[in-house]
Amino acid sequence: MERREFLKSCIMVIAGASVPLSALTLIDPRKVLAANPDIQWAFLVDTNKCVGCGFCVMACKTENDIPLDANVTRTWVERYVYTKDDRRYVDSPKGALNGYTESRIDLGKGEFKEIDPKNVGKAFFVPKLCNHCTTPPCTQVCPVGATYKTDDGVVLVDRKWCIGCGYCIMACPYAARFFHPLLHVADKCTFCYHRITKGLDSACVNACPFGARRMGNIHNINDPITQLIMNERVGVLKDEFGTKPQAFYIGLAQEVR
Amino acid sequence: MVEQLAQKVLEVHGEAWTIKELFVLPNEYIYWSIQIVMYPFMTGLVAGAFVLSSLYHVFGVEKLKEIARFSLVFSFALLPVAMMPLLMHLQQPFRGINVMMTPHFTSAIAAFGIVFSTYGCIVATELWLVYRKHFVLTAQALNAQQNRSAVDNFRLLIFTCLTLGAWDISHEAIEKDHHACKIMAGIGIPVACFLHGYAGFIFGSVKANALWMTPLMPVIFICSAVVSGVALCILCYVIVQEFRKFMAKRKMARWAKDVDAPTVEELEGAKHMEVMLASNYLLYFMIAAITLEILDLIFRGYTQVKSWDILREVIMERDFTKIFILQYGLGNLVPFLMMALPGRTVRRTTIATVLVLFGVFMMRYNVVIGGQAFSLSFAGFMDYHLPIIPHSIETYKEGLLGALTVITTPFVLFFVINKFLPAFLKEDSSH
Repeated sequence: MERREFLKSCIMVIAGASVPLSALTLIDPRKVLAANPDIQWAFLVDTNKCVGCGFCVMACKTENDIPLDANVTRTWVERYVYTKDDRRYVDSPKGALNGYTESRIDLGKGEFKEIDPKNVGKAFFVPKLCNHCTTPPCTQVCPVGATYKTDDGVVLVDRKWCIGCGYCIMACPYAARFFHPLLHVADKCTFCYHRITKGLDSACVNACPFGARRMGNIHNINDPITQLIMNERVGVLKDEFGTKPQAFYIGLAQEVR
Repeated sequence: MVEQLAQKVLEVHGEAWTIKELFVLPNEYIYWSIQIVMYPFMTGLVAGAFVLSSLYHVFGVEKLKEIARFSLVFSFALLPVAMMPLLMHLQQPFRGINVMMTPHFTSAIAAFGIVFSTYGCIVATELWLVYRKHFVLTAQALNAQQNRSAVDNFRLLIFTCLTLGAWDISHEAIEKDHHACKIMAGIGIPVACFLHGYAGFIFGSVKANALWMTPLMPVIFICSAVVSGVALCILCYVIVQEFRKFMAKRKMARWAKDVDAPTVEELEGAKHMEVMLASNYLLYFMIAAITLEILDLIFRGYTQVKSWDILREVIMERDFTKIFILQYGLGNLVPFLMMALPGRTVRRTTIATVLVLFGVFMMRYNVVIGGQAFSLSFAGFMDYHLPIIPHSIETYKEGLLGALTVITTPFVLFFVINKFLPAFLKEDSSH
């Protein structure tokens, strides 16, 4: 065979094979598994059931070694009070660590406001925590990749790699992140990953006496939480940011941000 | 005492300088404080100084020759300082190198290592090309000297190293240098703009922050960067020239005793011309920067999206003095009039540059701190109190003294670098 012939045949073979071969795609098994994982954790808060006792905050801080006195917290409870003269008051002293035992509203700077109970139109509590967003802005902005999303949908922080720049704290629209007062790295709710992966409830779910906080696997259609999310009218916080939160709220008022 | 200590340990980052008012979420503090104000301010100075030097090298504005060389050296001295505030602000400064080791490219900060080192290489290359002849001449002169002192031996070693073995200073070789320098400066301008534009992107891309999130942010940052860089170069140039005049008058420095040393009149004439020309460029960039900033403000006020209520209260009421009186009034309008009105003098321009620098600093301050002055709940405010007397490492780093450390370092570096790369050279030994 001459060289010219050989090259001609080679080109023909390559050209002929490239069309059917291009139809094939290489499949990364990890990608397939990630697209259809068995478990996708989701959180459900029933704001109608919350009484603001703060047990969840206490349980969370104790379980996850966040100093009780430190003014940061992985989960917190907000109190909303609407008066009949159309005023709105919100507070969350110490994240409701000790529960709402006082009726006066904390206005910051050491000032308080006592509201006449007759003047109260409506009032309710809203527990908050990390939303473990499907498209989390915090993991996107981490310059070293120290915070990441697990295959089962939980956003975690690598305490050994975090440089403490605070960019993730700035990027979170929910203020769910803070600097750990002792470790000096970014810290946030992990859905108690060390517990849920062993089949236990998270500390706050476990501590809630009224079932206001629940967790489930949203990829399991028979999971009671999945059923509730499917059948009830649920909302998420600040959906305008496009973060697709995985913490759902029953009875969410539009003023809650 | 023990209780006090325990309380100190438990103080959360940001608690020392944040005062919360009304409803602020429990984890919200002013996490990005004075050092993050310093960071865009310093990178802005670097980028601006470089752009000024490029006006001569790329566009051949011959009249800016002297101030251009000065700006290039100064930009090199400022370069390491652009990194300093970032390192001082990190909670884990020893892990800072992780940004270079495992850059996570969806993050704007991850580009820092790459852009910053590229830019550093460009400035260093350009400096080398500009000063190669000087290195060779100095090394040759030292080599020819009999009975060299230890200091001279050391200088010989340094200058020999600095030549990198390129001893050819024939006319053709220098022409080649000149050409290469032009190319490097040409590449340098977009990189300098990128270096600072992405600093703006770091803020502009934070969607959680209503004040920061605007695509104009990188452009605003670049314009104000050039303004601040040019202003600083003019200011330093005038100060150094005044100092040289003083030296020339009293023949105090070694160079002043030379036969062909510049006379006081020559120095004064050169200074006047360069300052006038550079301040024209300063005016052009100021117009661009202020236009964009005002456009952003008007746009927010006009569109009145959800966040406008709280932004209006911060901008128009709480931070009114800082934004409209200190930044726009004292920092922009007054110096603009000082430079634009007829009959301007070097003295008037110099005072104006000080005000311009202050104005750009206030702009950074109002963006960084102002962006954190309101809560994500849109129902509360945070007040920033700059720690003045440090009582811990953290209040030093993130306080007045930390900021002053960052500001003074470039001048110390300039003093050292100037020993090897003299910003003021006679015509024949550099270009």
